[in-house]
Amino acid sequence: MSLPDPSAHPGRSEALYAVRGLCRRFGDRAVLDNLSFDVMRGECLVVLGRSGSGKSLTLRQLNGLDEAEAGAVWFEGTDLVQLTERQLYPLRRRIAMLFQSAALFDSIDVLENVAFPLREHNRLSEEEIRERVAGALAWVGLSGIEDRMPAALSGGMKKRVALARSLVLKPEVVLFDEPTAGLDPVTSATISSLIRNTQGEFGTTSVVVTHDLRLARDVGDRVALLEGGRFRFIGAWEQAERSTDPALTAFLEGRQPAAEEDIDAA
Amino acid sequence: MQQVVPKILFDFKAPLRHVGAVSLLTGRGLTALGRPPYEFRSWLHQMEHLGVSSLGVAAVTTLFTGMVLALQTAYSLPELGVKYYIGSVVSKSLTRELGPVLVALIVGGRIGSGMTAELGTMKVTEQVDAMRSMAADPVKKLVAPKLAASLIMLPVLTILGDFLGILGGLFIATNQLNLSYGLYVNDVLQALTLGDVLNGLGKSVFFACFIAVIGCYNGLNATGGAEGVGRATTRTVVWASIMVLVSDFFLTKLFHVLA
Repeated sequence: MSLPDPSAHPGRSEALYAVRGLCRRFGDRAVLDNLSFDVMRGECLVVLGRSGSGKSLTLRQLNGLDEAEAGAVWFEGTDLVQLTERQLYPLRRRIAMLFQSAALFDSIDVLENVAFPLREHNRLSEEEIRERVAGALAWVGLSGIEDRMPAALSGGMKKRVALARSLVLKPEVVLFDEPTAGLDPVTSATISSLIRNTQGEFGTTSVVVTHDLRLARDVGDRVALLEGGRFRFIGAWEQAERSTDPALTAFLEGRQPAAEEDIDAA
Repeated sequence: MQQVVPKILFDFKAPLRHVGAVSLLTGRGLTALGRPPYEFRSWLHQMEHLGVSSLGVAAVTTLFTGMVLALQTAYSLPELGVKYYIGSVVSKSLTRELGPVLVALIVGGRIGSGMTAELGTMKVTEQVDAMRSMAADPVKKLVAPKLAASLIMLPVLTILGDFLGILGGLFIATNQLNLSYGLYVNDVLQALTLGDVLNGLGKSVFFACFIAVIGCYNGLNATGGAEGVGRATTRTVVWASIMVLVSDFFLTKLFHVLA
């Protein structure tokens, strides 16, 4: 098993991302409405929220996959919103993303999927590529499946192969979009421990978007609740549990929040 | 009136936006073709996928078109003795017009819709976004190989189609119209010029570009799951066919002026 590195695990006092006043509309609907938050270097921030609240959209702003209409996403002093697609490439090599559907290329086998970023950005020999792929697959507990096609993998295996593909370039940031969606509790626990281990071993900064409260509790250094296009709460899990915010408590208890006026009055 | 004018302008906005985006994709695709590293393995795969597998349909289409052309020519104007010029009629019609257009319509519909279905599925299953998130250019990785394969294979299929169509004409001339093999072949060789062949090939290069870019554009912009991919695929067949037929007129004029 090999992999680790990402720049010597610096402390968490420094903000890696500073998101300010982010706005994104679809027609008349403002999905992100003046959203502002920081992501500290080395932390795992979990973003919670109901379906359609804009969680995935928020995540896609952090590597420039989606364009915001206003606001800024500062990443180490560079505003991603202002960059062109081509200018984003060097940053995207440092920011990996795990997609909700795993998004493996279904026309090529597992080896080529995991090797894709290596072939794209490194000049390695075939032997080195195979070695790095084997290392990444071993890290996610899937040794020896290099010649399988994505269609022959289970949902959990696809997610783990996608994680191996995300980690093979040793990124500094990993963005997880619903990593446990559609998985059984045992596989979800495996993914959850992989996320934790990845952060522990690599010192990566992670942003996890999920509905899964157990995952949020297991991996999150901080959790945030996205509602109405902004973070209604952001803080440690313990603070979230103690919070009296009606929207947050309703979400954590899995029930409908009280009428909007009541929430605003609280 | 005040209501009508803005509505008309609004109606024109969407098609114009598509035209602009397709033009931009054409430029980006052609630029990506010329920019190293060259993905020859991918090009070859696409050439096999798009070209070789379309061989049968192109062959059948043009072979029978040549045969029909020979029959129609002989039956339509018998009193003028046109049947002695069947070789020139079939070869000129096929190389300049029917070969490139029919191959583009039949093969183009097939490969264009295939491109849309493939890229559309990749788009709706986030594979295109995954590629972007790994700092890889989807135009370079996905569009350029398809464009290259089309630009190479459509003219090749057109040449093959021209040849088979002329062969079909020969079969009818000798077996149905009692013409001699020598008379037909001699007529073809005397009538057919390099200009005729190049004219048809020139058209097929443009058609290949339109088909590939429209197919890729609709695929990369597909939304709405499987239903959206289906709609995009239909759109490609319609747009590509219209584009081939309309541009054929202008290309014919252009090549006539240039000749």
